[in-house]
Amino acid sequence: MQLAIRHETHYDYDTPLAYSAQRLHLWPADFAAQKTVSWSITAPGFDKALAYTDGFGNHVHMITFGDVAGPVSIVAEGMVEVTDVAGVVRGLASSAPDAVFLRQTKPTTATASLRTLAERQFAGRNVLEGLHALMAEVHARVAYEIGATHAHTTAAEAFADGRGVCQDHAHIFIAACRAAGIPARYVTGYLVTGQGASSTAAHAWAEALVPDLGWVGFDPANAKCPTDNYVRVAAGLDAAGVAPIRGSRRGGNTERMRVEVRVEIAQQ
Amino acid sequence: MATIFNEMDGSGSTPRAPYAQVAEWLKTLSRADVDRALKEAEAIFRRQGITFAVYGDDEAAERLIPFDIIPRIFAAAEWRKLSAGIEQRVRALNAFIHDLYHRQEILRAGRIPHEYIIQNEAFVPEMVGVMPARGVYAHIIGIDIVRVAANEFYVLEDNCRTPSGVSYMLEDREAMMYLFPELFAQHRVAPVENYPAMLRQTLESVAPAGCDNDPTVVLLTPGIHNSAFFEHAFLADEMGVELCEGGDLFVDGGYLYMRTTQAPKRVDVVYRRIDDAYLDPLTFRPDSALGVPGIFDVYRAGRVTLVNAPGTGIADDKSIYTYIPEVIEFYTGEKPLLKNVPTWRCSDPKQLAYVLDHLPELVVKEVHGSGGYGMLVGPTSTKKEIEAFRARLKARPKNYIAQPTLALSAVPTFTKSGVAPRHVDLRPFVLSGDKVRITPGGLTRVALKKGSLVVNSSQGGGTKDTWVLED
Repeated sequence: MQLAIRHETHYDYDTPLAYSAQRLHLWPADFAAQKTVSWSITAPGFDKALAYTDGFGNHVHMITFGDVAGPVSIVAEGMVEVTDVAGVVRGLASSAPDAVFLRQTKPTTATASLRTLAERQFAGRNVLEGLHALMAEVHARVAYEIGATHAHTTAAEAFADGRGVCQDHAHIFIAACRAAGIPARYVTGYLVTGQGASSTAAHAWAEALVPDLGWVGFDPANAKCPTDNYVRVAAGLDAAGVAPIRGSRRGGNTERMRVEVRVEIAQQ
Repeated sequence: MATIFNEMDGSGSTPRAPYAQVAEWLKTLSRADVDRALKEAEAIFRRQGITFAVYGDDEAAERLIPFDIIPRIFAAAEWRKLSAGIEQRVRALNAFIHDLYHRQEILRAGRIPHEYIIQNEAFVPEMVGVMPARGVYAHIIGIDIVRVAANEFYVLEDNCRTPSGVSYMLEDREAMMYLFPELFAQHRVAPVENYPAMLRQTLESVAPAGCDNDPTVVLLTPGIHNSAFFEHAFLADEMGVELCEGGDLFVDGGYLYMRTTQAPKRVDVVYRRIDDAYLDPLTFRPDSALGVPGIFDVYRAGRVTLVNAPGTGIADDKSIYTYIPEVIEFYTGEKPLLKNVPTWRCSDPKQLAYVLDHLPELVVKEVHGSGGYGMLVGPTSTKKEIEAFRARLKARPKNYIAQPTLALSAVPTFTKSGVAPRHVDLRPFVLSGDKVRITPGGLTRVALKKGSLVVNSSQGGGTKDTWVLED
């Protein structure tokens, strides 16, 4: 299946920007079940962007620009061919040792309640079964609610509160996996939510390492493994590490941001 | 405690060979000569602006580090042996860091429990897969070494982040040559004054692959409020490179530039004296105003070299220290030439129990501490101090390691009541680039209080000129 994606981010400032440096995780990396047919990024300074592949296999761009008076727009768009392989991620060019994905970062630190969550799901089950049980449990215990959490909410906080968005579901799932000794990573990407529908954010889910199978995607916000309705862009230890756009600026005073994401099935 | 090895007279009454002439010279010095020399030395240091900020001491925010005029001396043969051990250790440390950010063979082999590395704050996941120029990560290492007998040395710690103190080594030598030129006529002392030139050669040798013949090097400092600012300014000046703060540097179009009065100038190598956490607000602490936004991306893409690389602290973390002898064997296939101090890990309940039972004999240190802050030296502490420390240790055992109190060697030192032995350690500075360069000698720190084993300048330690005699 081919998916057409358009991811727009618009910034408005009170006063002109003197200087801005922005790191973009907006370019999908190919692997066995996903091939980029066409892709482009339109952004100020993109013609001389610094492009590199990081240790996790992500395609990163760093753009810099200055003296911009008006609004700034960063648009990533393109076409991606996706095959449904039940979430199995093979053939990704990443050299990172698996053990790195056991690291407990600030938002994925295990607390007693997260350890208990992990123990209950993995007891008496093999890893793959345990991961499915964990995905179902996180989905059931944490209601999808926009505004209940913020960008820096930790897995423990969202789990205690029982509300969150896809980022929180993924962080909880990852924290529980790592507590159980299973390497897990945070994934950003896109999901078709319906023909003609648009959303105000990209999607996020998790991947966990299954013995003999490799990395497998789990989307606890939707309680299913990624299908050909998903496009994977980047992966890291947590949301902060693979934010689609992270930047620093001088000038501009107050910033207002607006995001629009449109994902459509271009071809069955 | 074992008997203390006096480096000048050994255990006997006649001076050891390297000190023979200095011992004679000492006899000719009157108290007035010494006082005059110390006064002159102080004037030299003040003129140079050598001061040292002491954290947690409002009274004297900046003060001179005491200097002692009796040199600490190594014979050529002693130094050859030591430097072979140092070079072996430094090569192994760089191989270790490379491995930790690539295949992690040492973890796969089960030599170090992986959680000690993966969950360690000093491990920087952003460094995974990074291959710096020439494969060198820790270009400048200061290894703290103590001596307990004529032929017995121990490594106390490996400083792989931003070791400081080299300016004192250079200034001590300059002062000694000015005060006592006759001593340098009598002895063939290996020069240390070419350190800035060696440092610059090392920095230039690790310029990014695409950089042509004349790399631009800068020294990045956190600014004048940093305790080592004098050293940053001194080294930049001695090397003839620009001293920059974060605001002087910026990323544009995928390269790093320095603002100048003319056009911006591209920078190839950054000798940074700011901590990893403050280097780049886009990658590390977002609230850092000391670093340069995007500098890590430029580094990651191989267009600038950071010296030392981020994440080298994993190799000198005190919780990893106990594994370094295994690290050396793993990467070099050789037995370590320099020994580690036996160490108890308080995270282990059995080892903690031993430590708690033997506090009055042990030195207990914070795993992540440095500079002699937050440590207990059992034998020189009061009962009250020991009990207060015991409570802290019990509350957070994982935070501490313990070591036997070593009988650090002593070197004669001028004190108020005449010449008396005082304990010393040694920090040689090791440069790794196109090759490994070791300063002959290094910085000798001396504990000025009688019987004290704490040589840190933040705790009132002083320094001595360190000589390596040439054959």
